[in-house]
Amino acid sequence: MNMYTILSMMLQHQKEDFFFPSQASANAATVDFIFYFIFYVSLFAFITIVSATAIFAWRYRRSKVGMTPEDSPHHSTIIEIVWSIIPSIFMVVMFWYGFEDFTERRASPADSYEIHAKASKWQWEFEYPNGASSFGFIDAGEYQGKGLFVPLGKNVRIRLESSDVLHSFSIPNFRVKMDVVPGRYTDVWFNAIEMGDFPIFCTEYCGTKHSRMLSKVHVVSEEDFAVWLKENQEDPNASPADKGKRLFSAKCTACHAVDGSIKIGPALNGKYGTIENIVGGTVTVDDNYIRRSMLDPKADIVVGFENVQMTSFAGQLSDDEISNITAYLKSLTE
Amino acid sequence: MAPTTNTLDRTNYLNATKGFMSWFWTIDHKRLGLMYLWSVIACFIMGGFFAMKIRLNLMPGAVDFATQTAEQMNAYNNAFTVHGAVMVFLVIIPSIPAALGNFVLPMMLGAKDVAFPRLNRFSYHLWIIGALLFVATLLIGNLDTGWTFYPPYSTGHTDPSVITAVLAAFILGFSSIFTGLNFIVTIHKMRPPQMTWFKMPLFLWAIYATAIIQVLATPVIGISLLLILVEKTMQIGIFTPELGGDPVFFQHLFWFYSHPAVYIMVLPGMGIMSELFATFSRKPIFGYKSIAMSSIAIAIFSFIVWGHHMFISGQSDLMSVIFSALTFSVAVPSAIKVFNWISTMYKGSISFSVPMLYGMSIIWLFGIGGLTGLFLATLGTDVVFHDTYFVVAHFHYVMVGSALFGFIGGIYYWWPKMYGKVVDGPLAKVGCLLSFLGFNLTFLPQFVGGSKGMPRRYAAYGSEQGFDDWNYWSTMGAMVLLVGLSIALFALLRSFFVKGTLSPANPWGGVTLEWQSPSPPPEHNFEIDPPTVGDPYDMSLVKYCGEVEGFLPVNPRADDPCVAYIEPEEA
Repeated sequence: MNMYTILSMMLQHQKEDFFFPSQASANAATVDFIFYFIFYVSLFAFITIVSATAIFAWRYRRSKVGMTPEDSPHHSTIIEIVWSIIPSIFMVVMFWYGFEDFTERRASPADSYEIHAKASKWQWEFEYPNGASSFGFIDAGEYQGKGLFVPLGKNVRIRLESSDVLHSFSIPNFRVKMDVVPGRYTDVWFNAIEMGDFPIFCTEYCGTKHSRMLSKVHVVSEEDFAVWLKENQEDPNASPADKGKRLFSAKCTACHAVDGSIKIGPALNGKYGTIENIVGGTVTVDDNYIRRSMLDPKADIVVGFENVQMTSFAGQLSDDEISNITAYLKSLTE
Repeated sequence: MAPTTNTLDRTNYLNATKGFMSWFWTIDHKRLGLMYLWSVIACFIMGGFFAMKIRLNLMPGAVDFATQTAEQMNAYNNAFTVHGAVMVFLVIIPSIPAALGNFVLPMMLGAKDVAFPRLNRFSYHLWIIGALLFVATLLIGNLDTGWTFYPPYSTGHTDPSVITAVLAAFILGFSSIFTGLNFIVTIHKMRPPQMTWFKMPLFLWAIYATAIIQVLATPVIGISLLLILVEKTMQIGIFTPELGGDPVFFQHLFWFYSHPAVYIMVLPGMGIMSELFATFSRKPIFGYKSIAMSSIAIAIFSFIVWGHHMFISGQSDLMSVIFSALTFSVAVPSAIKVFNWISTMYKGSISFSVPMLYGMSIIWLFGIGGLTGLFLATLGTDVVFHDTYFVVAHFHYVMVGSALFGFIGGIYYWWPKMYGKVVDGPLAKVGCLLSFLGFNLTFLPQFVGGSKGMPRRYAAYGSEQGFDDWNYWSTMGAMVLLVGLSIALFALLRSFFVKGTLSPANPWGGVTLEWQSPSPPPEHNFEIDPPTVGDPYDMSLVKYCGEVEGFLPVNPRADDPCVAYIEPEEA
């Protein structure tokens, strides 16, 4: 048993400790070990320099105004070499630990179960291999949507993509974080070792409701996960309006309510067939207007929402999906 | 007979000419330095106001997480943008080089002015134009990108005020480039013949290293900001994927400047530290050459470590590994400087004057700032801390701990030279102590909040996220810090408006050349021309004279230190 193993055993702390939330993934203990290694080295260095300063300041305080001290050396090559080399050695070790851990964490194992996460202002959407899907964000202080479900004890790779701006996917309990970059895929992987619900944060500033782009990851047993996947699979026989409702809650509810209240954008219930005031005139809310609003949101802006920057869903919603959402909005007036 | 050097009534650079135009159109480096100083302090007060707005907003209970509206979130996002942008571009970057550097640099060289006085004036006028445009944009517009302007958010998803903001930063950049250029030329061409490179005060080494970074790195941020402008106004795809660009590319360009900019902020503070530790220990600085060379080393290394801001940005993993290794190379010269300052105190005669109190505070603050940088240079731990309050606390310890405390220490140190009055009373010491305590109370809790996962730039946190305690103490600390800094400023203003202790030419016992000039100096800096150049840290060159309450050059032919000053004229 080498030093590394002994030390890391000492530093295992499954439960929450002073600095960190619980170690809910298999990799968390290694990162925490590196943290505590640097922490204790730094603490020692800090105490040394601060106490040296304090001791010298007191011991050699000026006792008489303008006093000049006796001559003492003001250069020593040996001392200067020593205090350059010792920190350098510690830094090489720190680099090496960080490097090992990073390579481990950046390459997902080949057998990983893959979930796709889509980030957009300001919510997360998760898609599972069998077509099941879920989403998450915060509204009125409450977590909305089902969030991310993952099985316990399995390698899970999350493939990240963004449909608008930069976001970042962070789960502190798993010690994972990765930027979500529009125009390319990035990924993270982890192996959850603790059952329970843990927060997911967006950690790259993404606009007004950045602080509401939160969700939860639910770690459940493999059996429960299989059941959950089946339950959340889309029913192919559902009516267009029901399919639309599902899409709407995943993609639109961060900004649009259906209970008359104003979020970022206008409420969309009871709108179908009515006449809406838009910048520069009026428009009848019909199928074509709804379609245009999704694909080219800046074309007809509702009065009072001139400063809102809605992202276009062109390329993200298929024609079928658009007509399903339209069917759902229509159903809200009937 | 003892000389009288307390000469506020005598003609000096402050009262030689009068009127607004005599200041606004001046080419005197001392007046320009003072104008920078007060402009920077005004901007600092503004940035500080928004810092308090942020802290009060994050005080648990101040805002209800459940009912916070989009407008309130937007107001918060605006506040952190204004705070960051003002503090970086208008306060810390110009603080020491432009304000104190302008005032002190030519005098330390025994020169009458910088090499290009008119260019120096032009720099200040550019700065004022840039600053006004910037402040107007920040206050009138709805700028919420953070000071980093990351696309595609900045180019495609937010307010047009980004356009004027980047234009202002571009103008400010030129002001910085011209100042840097001026300092480089001045140091190369205007040193007195006896002052070889290794007889130069360490503050000048630091300013020299800073100026190199200013001249080499600032053009890159200039061009990157112009590219933002081009993309936002003309829809030319550079950074936005829909237009064919790459957002990570901007981060490379941005940090290629903004990481070296960290050293534009910190190096001058380190230069001031070297002056303070030598003067107030009355001892030659320990390891002069290694301090000087470490400034140059830091300036060089600062250009090859920018990728450590981007470990999880999507850049290649191999690059992250290389940048992590290179980053540690900056840590060593920084550590060497700290060890040298502490060793300077050994067997010294240490005075607890106000500038030295700031100096000793910096050992603590930069100690924490530097050491917590190790966690962020290390790949594994950086992934955890990236974009959390751990990073926020770390860079505040570096920016405020080294740059701002160095700036304030430097103001107190050279205040007698600027205005002919010494501020070294209990009030100023209480101001320093409260600032120090308040600062630590503000930012130590943020390390813990950050390590628990608290993300940056959040308009509010829900109580169940568990960050409330840390935010509570941080806001409390911010109030103490506010009181401390207000006292520090009040102590200075009081001596300015009310009669304070008049200062002799050399109140602290510094050996660098500016202390050979009366306080405040005449228009052309020195009465005796040129000043006697010796070793900048040979403390035996000056002795304390009780009659002038200050230090005088030693006369080898007289035992009484007070005789020394008039000796050359009698001889």
